[in-house]
Amino acid sequence: MNEVLQVNQLKKYYATQKAVDDISFSIERGSIFGLLGPNGAGKTTLLRMITGIFYPDSGSIYFDGKVFNPANDIVNIGYMPEERGLYKKMKIGEQALYLAQLKGLSKSEAMEKIRFWFKRLEMETWWNKKVEDLSKGMSQKLQFVTTVLHEPKLIILDEPFSGLDPVNANLIKDEIYRLAQNGSTIIFSTHRMEQVEEICDQIVLVNLGKKVLDGTIVDIKQQFKENKFSIKLQEVPSDINEGAFNITEQKDKELIVKINKGFKSNDVLNYFIQHQYNIESFNEMLPSLNEIFIQLVEGTTATTRAFENNLTVS
Amino acid sequence: MNKIRLIIQREYLSRVKNKRFLLTTILTPLLMVLFFVGATYFALQGKDQHKVAVIDQNGFFKGNLSNSEHLVFEFPEGIDTSNYLTKGYTDILIIPKFNGTQKVNYIIRSKKRIGLNTEETISNKINAAIEDNMLQNAGIERAQLDSIRKESQFAALTSLEEQGDSAKESNAALSYGIGFGSGMLIYITMFIYGAMVMRGVMEEKTNRIAEVMISSVKPFQLMMGKIIGIGAVGITQFVLWIVLIVGLTTAAQLLIPHDVLVQVNTLQQYNGQIPAGGMVQASEAANKIYSIQHTMSTANWPLIFGCFIFYFIGGYLFYASLFAAVGSVVNEDPQDAQSLMLPITMPIIFSFIIMSNAVQDPNTPIATWASIIPFSSPMVMMARIAYGVPGTVTYLQLAASMISLIGGFLLTTWLSGKIYRTGILMYGKKVSWKEMGKWILRKN
Repeated sequence: MNEVLQVNQLKKYYATQKAVDDISFSIERGSIFGLLGPNGAGKTTLLRMITGIFYPDSGSIYFDGKVFNPANDIVNIGYMPEERGLYKKMKIGEQALYLAQLKGLSKSEAMEKIRFWFKRLEMETWWNKKVEDLSKGMSQKLQFVTTVLHEPKLIILDEPFSGLDPVNANLIKDEIYRLAQNGSTIIFSTHRMEQVEEICDQIVLVNLGKKVLDGTIVDIKQQFKENKFSIKLQEVPSDINEGAFNITEQKDKELIVKINKGFKSNDVLNYFIQHQYNIESFNEMLPSLNEIFIQLVEGTTATTRAFENNLTVS
Repeated sequence: MNKIRLIIQREYLSRVKNKRFLLTTILTPLLMVLFFVGATYFALQGKDQHKVAVIDQNGFFKGNLSNSEHLVFEFPEGIDTSNYLTKGYTDILIIPKFNGTQKVNYIIRSKKRIGLNTEETISNKINAAIEDNMLQNAGIERAQLDSIRKESQFAALTSLEEQGDSAKESNAALSYGIGFGSGMLIYITMFIYGAMVMRGVMEEKTNRIAEVMISSVKPFQLMMGKIIGIGAVGITQFVLWIVLIVGLTTAAQLLIPHDVLVQVNTLQQYNGQIPAGGMVQASEAANKIYSIQHTMSTANWPLIFGCFIFYFIGGYLFYASLFAAVGSVVNEDPQDAQSLMLPITMPIIFSFIIMSNAVQDPNTPIATWASIIPFSSPMVMMARIAYGVPGTVTYLQLAASMISLIGGFLLTTWLSGKIYRTGILMYGKKVSWKEMGKWILRKN
């Protein structure tokens, strides 16, 4: 029972489209989970159901081993929506205190944790500033603090790095790692693949309301690999003729080869060793998540998700 | 429940701590006083001087048209419409010959258009002069006429209202004042605080804080917290106004000389008459103060005050949730708010019109019904209550009105909650009435 969240056959249909159509997955405690998908894929709707803002039309959610009950479990979730929001006229300290108290912390507990976080993220001098006086990056940091302040078991971050400079983005990234190490589970929703590759243990890719991919990053890359290797030689032979592989690309002394069916990577090495070519490096080329993403998502359009009877009417 | 208290607290404090709140709370009564003082001043000072040349073809008006401070009649020779201005007159009045039985048209020509009041005064004076002339023709001496005028007393009417075995003194003017005043106050506050709720909801929506909040509290808690918090701001403002008014009146009383106050007390003890053999005759000031105090005492203040609080809160709750619902469906475009507000503002304005009639005639069927139906009851019932319970408003009507108002705001709050819950997270799309209807009917 080490799953903090389990989602079974979740469905949410709107009048004109199936926003979330039969999605299931589970997330292990302490992991960093990436929820990916193009714009309009149904990510936000899915997250809103997990945070108890929307009720699913059908399907079930288990939180911490029990059926998800928004009224009680909400205090164990921290949600930072993609559209950031804070009270503009409120002072930063008061705002953090207010939001923390709404998450069920007592005033003294909240104060203690705010002090800790403000110190940690170098925000101590901000206390009496108003949100409207903050820069975008600063209010982003404040938003992050208010999301994680009450030490939730599940932290949901929708595009947490948008609007942050590299320094602050790294700061937040380190905090995300630290929170995961301390036992919090993090759902990280984005369409920026390079961040996912760097941070996430497990990902789910949704498109047009359906789950199209689920697994650890390593597994998924293995699944989508095209048996390509890059090989760097001291000297490139003018003609290579070998049944084990084809050369797909050549840059200076670096070759990219695709191994044919029935052969292994050692067959490539063997060929060059036998022909007395010095090999400087040999690497497997795994597809980037970005490539996998584009491959899966490209060419699908939103209309395929519409109900069939709607299509016949129009 | 703890969360809703936090929300109320924030909504309340963020508004009350605002400098603008303090400013409006203090400035509004001052501005009102200034307004009345100014209006009185201009009413007194703003009168035009009229010097009227009269061409009288009958010959008996001379000496019979009485002059007043702003209105002087003269009967110069050789005057006509072409030269009265150059001779220093502002108006010329031409009275044609008449035989006393037929109506005759008088003509007044002026440099500037004369006001309604002046016109009426002149007309009254002419009629009085004709009346005098006729009485003299009937054989009453001029001297007799003057002495009658001087010594005749005008009647003062005291109206009593049946109340069980005894009759209680009532005062229509005071009832009118209280009814109109409290109806007006409810009308204004419904707009001010209703709009405040709406703006607050719109702010939460456009700032996108709504989604953060909704992941911590239920939408209904968020809506009710805002409504109650802002309602408390309204009540605070009322209390401060009352304190200010009471304070100012007490301060004003300190300015009244001591002997006048003593006279007022004596008048109160002896029902408005200074007992024979008293040391001094009551001064004019003392009589005035006594009569104001006496008139005020004819109203049932505890009842009126209690009902005012009830109808203020009830009416506020009834409309505030509707304003919140409108705020939740509006997108960034304020023009949307205008058109969506119309169905809410129309009944408020309509109730105000009914109220202004009910305050003159509290027993018409339309006033009675409007005082029971919750859309209009807060204003209209206040107008009627001022005329007395159970004389004008029966206990049954009052109970029906109160119960339907409570039921009414429970209903509007429930409806608004449904619209609010969906609307607050809906961006970009203009919402139609039909869709809102669907949200209301949807379960969950």
